[in-house]
Amino acid sequence: MSLLEVHAISKSFRGLKAVSDASFEIPEGSINALIGPNGAGKTTIFNMIAGVFPPDSGSILFQGKPIHGLRPHQICAEGIGRTFQIVKPFAGLSVLENVMVGAFLRESSAAGARKVATQILERLQLAPKRDLPASSLTLPDRKRLEVARALATRPRLLLLDEVMAGLRPTETDQIVQVFRDLNRKYGTTILLIEHVMRAVMALAQHVGVLHHGEVIARGTPQEIVRHPAVLESYLGEEADL
Amino acid sequence: MGGALAALPLFAGNYALSVVTLILYFAYTGQAWNVMMGFAGQLSLGHALYVGVGAYAAGGLFFHYGIGPWAGLWLAMLLCVALGLVIGFLAFRFSISGVYFALLTIAFAEFTRIGFDHLDSLGGPGGMFLKVAQRDTWDVLNFRGPPLMYYYAILVLCGGALGLCSWLLRSKAGYYWQAIRENEEAAQALGINTFRWKMLAVAISSAMTSVSGVFFAFYYNNLFPEQIFNISRSIEIILGPVIGGVGTLFGPILGAALLTVLSDSITEGLAAIGWEIPGIKQVFYGVVLLGVVMFLPNGIWPPLARMLRLK
Repeated sequence: MSLLEVHAISKSFRGLKAVSDASFEIPEGSINALIGPNGAGKTTIFNMIAGVFPPDSGSILFQGKPIHGLRPHQICAEGIGRTFQIVKPFAGLSVLENVMVGAFLRESSAAGARKVATQILERLQLAPKRDLPASSLTLPDRKRLEVARALATRPRLLLLDEVMAGLRPTETDQIVQVFRDLNRKYGTTILLIEHVMRAVMALAQHVGVLHHGEVIARGTPQEIVRHPAVLESYLGEEADL
Repeated sequence: MGGALAALPLFAGNYALSVVTLILYFAYTGQAWNVMMGFAGQLSLGHALYVGVGAYAAGGLFFHYGIGPWAGLWLAMLLCVALGLVIGFLAFRFSISGVYFALLTIAFAEFTRIGFDHLDSLGGPGGMFLKVAQRDTWDVLNFRGPPLMYYYAILVLCGGALGLCSWLLRSKAGYYWQAIRENEEAAQALGINTFRWKMLAVAISSAMTSVSGVFFAFYYNNLFPEQIFNISRSIEIILGPVIGGVGTLFGPILGAALLTVLSDSITEGLAAIGWEIPGIKQVFYGVVLLGVVMFLPNGIWPPLARMLRLK
């Protein structure tokens, strides 16, 4: 059984079809990417999984249980953590406190939450900055903080919304390494929505390509870059990866 | 600090005691308001509602049935929490936030004021007056006695509120509230049921504020809807924490002390040289608020704490 199963979900906004009949599955322990040009419906799919709004039709199963229609906080409690494309740190709190907020989902005492948060900050190499206010972090560190906070809720599936956007290539490589470690050492299943092909090629085992709200191709990164429909609609004939 | 305040009546005269009682009253009420705004980020501009309803609930029971405030306190709390939860439900269920939430709190305080104006059994616009017993015996059961008794009562309340707030801030509730205050969407994504936690903040804040009302009723002995529910009272409540530092533990106390002492000395000082200027207090509040907003937008406490290396 797959960890996440998306069955024929559709969503329209004022008659404009953003996603139509999209289906895919995410096996436990894998790293998956959803790519596609702007407006292809990536973020809409992401938001439906995260509970921001429900699909008009279709179903989403997590660990075999339907989760479509649940609210964001319920989705998180089910075991799906997410980051935001536009980072949303709790600016007035310290880095450690930011992560503690996430840890409180599974820990009722402040001491317990602090312990979990400290471990996660070490995992993401943010430990030296734990006492700084979150507002003082640079963009790459803020992106890491987003991930740390989501991880503190102990998700089985981590949703990453364009977490590489705005990063320099070296910064991208660093965070790619972080995700690879998370997946390898802790078995975290990852779904990333991404524009940065460099990161997708380096990370993902399975890739889905969206175009005009439809999944037009699925496969390994190597298959995807040679897929005629993908070349035509997204990467372009001259794609050189 | 606590010891000094406990021993204060040994040195201070009645006037000084009444000033410190007033400071502690505003410190306590500001602390209560701070739970909602400072911790959870929900701006209430109608906290006079809870002071008024709390005062009338306990005062009314005493006035009509001779039931003392120790019983009346529970009715006051119950009514205020119920009102707070109604406001909270309307706002949070229908996503009314920020300025619109503040307007809703003002509206509730205003129409409650008008309601009480028409409530003849509680005195209506003419006011309700509690019987003043001899002021020299301590009748703790009915909360009647000399100023010293009220001083210690509000001192204990203040200490209790400080203890409660500092515990709340260090617990899960405090972290969740601050997360909601900083970014509600991110808080939801971390599994926080923001509706429920905001309701909890409103319940605690309104319950605490209702106690201010009970104290007010038995300390001043007269209640007028026009005064107690007035929006200027709501503003007076929030000035202390705003000037001291919203969301901090000591801001409400520091702000209340500064405002009360300075405004009192200005009025007294001007009166001493023969200038009686009506409304000078309000002008002073305005000037101080302007200064703090412009130069210390986080209030006086945070930079002061840094200077004293408390943080």
